[in-house]
This record gives sequence, C-alpha cells and structure tokens, in this order.
Amino acid sequence: MNLQAEIPLHYMIVLSTLLFFIGLVGVLIRRNLITMLMGIELMLNAVNINFVAFNHYLYPHRLEGHFFALIVMAIAAAEAAIAIALIINIYRKFSTVNVDDVDELKY
Amino acid sequence: MTGPKIIFYILAFSTILFSLLSVFDRRILRAAIYLLFVLVAIAGLFYMMNFQFLAAVQLMLYAGGIVVLIIFSILLTSQINSKLDAPKLMQLVAASLTALFGIGISLYTILPYVFTPSEAPALEVNMRNIGLSLLSTGDQGYVLPFEVISILLLAALVGIIFIAKRSRT
Repeated sequence: MNLQAEIPLHYMIVLSTLLFFIGLVGVLIRRNLITMLMGIELMLNAVNINFVAFNHYLYPHRLEGHFFALIVMAIAAAEAAIAIALIINIYRKFSTVNVDDVDELKY
Repeated sequence: MTGPKIIFYILAFSTILFSLLSVFDRRILRAAIYLLFVLVAIAGLFYMMNFQFLAAVQLMLYAGGIVVLIIFSILLTSQINSKLDAPKLMQLVAASLTALFGIGISLYTILPYVFTPSEAPALEVNMRNIGLSLLSTGDQGYVLPFEVISILLLAALVGIIFIAKRSRT
C-alpha cells in the first residue's frame, strides 16, 4: 500500500500536534493525579505517532522510529505502574488524590 | 476519496474527538474509557503504516495494561458517582491559550517545511527483521536499548513493590 500518495506526512504531524496539546490541556486543567497521568499518556502517544510516521515516510529502510516508539511504550508502562503505586500510597495517607490538597511539605 | 484516506480520516477524527472527551469529561471512569478508544484508534494508525508489531504492542500494553491499571486505581481512589471539580475559568483560559499558542507555533514551523524522503528501498517490517535488529550489535542493532529497558523494568518492579508496601509504622 502506497501511503505517501494518499496521505501526506503533514497530516500525521498535524494529528499528533493536536493530540499532544490536548494532552497538555488535560495536564494543566485537572487537579486529580489520575487524570493528569491520562494527559501524559496522550502526550506520549502523540510523540509515538510522530516517530512512527517519520520512520515510515522518510526513512523506510531503517527501523529507528519503530524501536524508539517501542521503548517509549515500555517506559510509559513502567511510569504508569510507578505513578499508580505512588497514587495509591498518597491516597492512603491523605484520603485524596487532588494535588492541591497534598501540601504537607509546603507549609 | 479512496479507501486508505477514508480510514485515515475516521481514525484521526476519532482520535481527536475521544481525546477531547477524555480531557473534558468530568466523570473520571468515562474519561478512562475514552482514553482506551484513543489508544485503539492510534493502534489502527500504526496498522495503516505497516507496523503490525507495534500496533499489537500498542493494543496489548496500552489498551490491555495501562488502561486497566488506570481503571483499577480509579476504583481504588474515588467514588464512582462523584464528578471531578470543574476547572477554574482562569485555569481553563490559560491552558487553552497555551495550547493554541503551541499548536500555532508548531504548525507555523512545520507546515511550510518540505520533507525529502530517503530513496533507499523500503525494509520489510516483519518479525524476523525486528527480532534480528533487537538482538544484534552492528549497524541497525538495538541490543543496548533492549538491555537497558530490561534493567529499567526490573528497577521499576522493585521500586513498585517498595513503594506500595504498607509501612510498619
């Protein structure tokens, strides 16, 4: 399938840009740790789309973008697991996951 | 309109729509389910670009693993009927302005740029090539990142057990 003729690379980049900034808005407007984590996952996925698109469109004889995306996914899995362990620990201590209420070190 | 174009528009539209819903829906469990739809649509995009293995990993790891973890933590930490606080107006305006500014500046930089694809013949992305690349050391060999990622996963495993363990005090 010749994707280049059908869908220019710029379409993919526009899609991933929009997805990245939607994820950024999600991190900025929510004060709940779990929704912030979901915003970060959206941003990581936008980055993955970029890597894969550049690999497929510009350098089809190499596999760098593919492996970079694979490793980003592995790191995202480790990050999500650790974040959720932390969130559950915070919930045990403060009975909330709202970042504005977790301020013991602040005052 | 041809087949791939229609499929791309469907996938792109559902990605953007469900990510917006996932960010702005105030019921947190629904937000997690919308995130699942976004991840599945992105796996579809990877299929379109002939990266079948990556699409399978995306489905298994993100849709099957991370979303389940997120849903578990939602069930453990929040009331299912409660809604998230609505963001403050100032916060919403500032976040939207940041995003619009970022989108504008990125697209302004990228859209006029003319990419020149490499002329080399395309490599077939099949399991054989992926496996050989992951475990070879020469050109196109990725054994070092592969080993580093396994150490990272081991460290994450130990760290999670240590963090989530109920302390004695």
